Amino acid sequence: MNNQITKPQKSPLKKKQALLGYLFVAPWIIGFLVFGLYPIVMSFYYSLCQYDVLRVPQFIGLGNYKELIGHDPYFWKSIWNTLLYTVVRVPLVILGSLLLAVLVNNAVKGIRFFRTVFFIPSIITGVVLSALWLWLLNPQYGLFNSILAVFGIPGPLWLQSPHWSKFSMVLMSLWSIGGGRMLVFLAALQGIPTALYEVVDIDGGGWWAKFRHITVPMISSVIFLWTVLEVIFSFQVFTEAYVMTKGGPLNSTLFYNLYLYYKAFDDFSMGYASALAWLLLLIILVVTLMQFVVGKKVVYYEGK
Amino acid sequence: MKRPNFKTSRTFVTYLLLICAAVVLILPFIWIISTSLKGSESIFAIPPQWIPKDLHWDNYAKVFTKMPFFVYLKNSVFISVMTILGTLISSSLVAYAFACLKWPGRDWLFIFVLGTMMLPAQVTMIPVFVLYKQFGWLNTFKPLIVPAFFGGGAFNIFLLRQFFLTIPKELFEAARLDGCSEFRIYWKIVLPLAKPALATVAILTFMMTWNDFLGPLIYLSDKLKGTLALGLAMFVGQYQTEWGVLMAASVLVMLPVIVLFFLFQKYFIRGFMMSGIKG
Repeated sequence: MNNQITKPQKSPLKKKQALLGYLFVAPWIIGFLVFGLYPIVMSFYYSLCQYDVLRVPQFIGLGNYKELIGHDPYFWKSIWNTLLYTVVRVPLVILGSLLLAVLVNNAVKGIRFFRTVFFIPSIITGVVLSALWLWLLNPQYGLFNSILAVFGIPGPLWLQSPHWSKFSMVLMSLWSIGGGRMLVFLAALQGIPTALYEVVDIDGGGWWAKFRHITVPMISSVIFLWTVLEVIFSFQVFTEAYVMTKGGPLNSTLFYNLYLYYKAFDDFSMGYASALAWLLLLIILVVTLMQFVVGKKVVYYEGK
Repeated sequence: MKRPNFKTSRTFVTYLLLICAAVVLILPFIWIISTSLKGSESIFAIPPQWIPKDLHWDNYAKVFTKMPFFVYLKNSVFISVMTILGTLISSSLVAYAFACLKWPGRDWLFIFVLGTMMLPAQVTMIPVFVLYKQFGWLNTFKPLIVPAFFGGGAFNIFLLRQFFLTIPKELFEAARLDGCSEFRIYWKIVLPLAKPALATVAILTFMMTWNDFLGPLIYLSDKLKGTLALGLAMFVGQYQTEWGVLMAASVLVMLPVIVLFFLFQKYFIRGFMMSGIKG
């Protein structure tokens, strides 16, 4: 790649590097303009229109938003489902990964083997995960109720029960607590000076005291960041519900993005679905900002 | 208050917990593989049989006759390979700009790139769909492949940048003094050194693409254009009572992922360690 910049400058090397910098970063810039910025702007425009892809968008102002908020019970149902799923799922997966990370932070023989074993379920995602768990959670012959039956406990209907369906999906996502999240927690745990734990030993504190007063505060910034990420992921749950329940039973797993998908690609109400998408963006923004405000008070940053 | 066997009892409890956790996490796999080899009479047996009495390999054979498995496999492999290729090329170029070149606005733009990770895909989904429809790209693989060549994903850019930053500055300076062009430095020095990081990006991209469902669902409506994930989802709808066959299909779809995991384990793990998301 020759450079054709011949303009004499104070520092030609610097200028050359700057131009090359923009050239190297150009793929991302083009990608962002075409697949990011343009669609976001258009999405907002569509959200103010009636649009079925076949005909030209008809501008209707805030009509979609008014309809959504004022007259659409499915919208509120999907918000409720998604919130409940998020509020139950996020603390459980974070705590699960954290406890597992503490466990594999023990330098016993064969610990690498266990880390590998714990990691494996996390590579199963999406459709395969959904297909497998449909069977594992089968009320009559699935793994869970077969084991419960051994103890004489009649298992729930899991995905087929409107009361258990969301929790079934939370349970399913707990299978992956040994994945990347655990590894990042582990890396953070290994950065905690052992001297801190010795202080607790001297004070006569046990396992819980160490966990509560050293481990959690010392890696609180990592925990916080993953909580923020997991909330965003939870808000976007889609494939599991689409494959396993189609939103049922009784709309108990009609999550936000599933509803959005149905509106967009089953009803072809693209304007309405765009309004849903923009509200999702706003909700995620507000929730994330709120978390950062709370996080600022709770999270301990080293060197501050 | 020192007990003589404190250390051994602690180790014992650790192992006990480790083994319990491992059993709980692995049990589903055993159950699934066992089901995939069972005939319907033993699937519905009570109490359940962990080891099937006679092995029904025909469940696997049925998968191949009931869905165009090899067509889907070919499609999934093609889409994955092209996406990996696009991602590697473009994310490494962009990461090079962020890590190895100095230009005004660089650090500001980098934070912006990271910020785009928070953007829910649903916000761009509909206009992008309309755009592809106008291009005449519906029912082709292009919507699933082309975006990878433009940026390659914020997370991958981030990972590669972090890795490029660890390359000693002297290497660049020496090469530049020798009159080496930036593209040559990128191609001949940085990329060969970054092979482990590139492998990590390739593996993570493969996992994402192989398991992607929403993309193929929206863009590939022609039955023979489908991917394995899409095919399996249709299979779930059609054969929800033939659990042996459904589990065999699931095992076949996840097999490449599991094999790759065991072959390239360290790259999986490095990806997360390298990201070092520490706030």
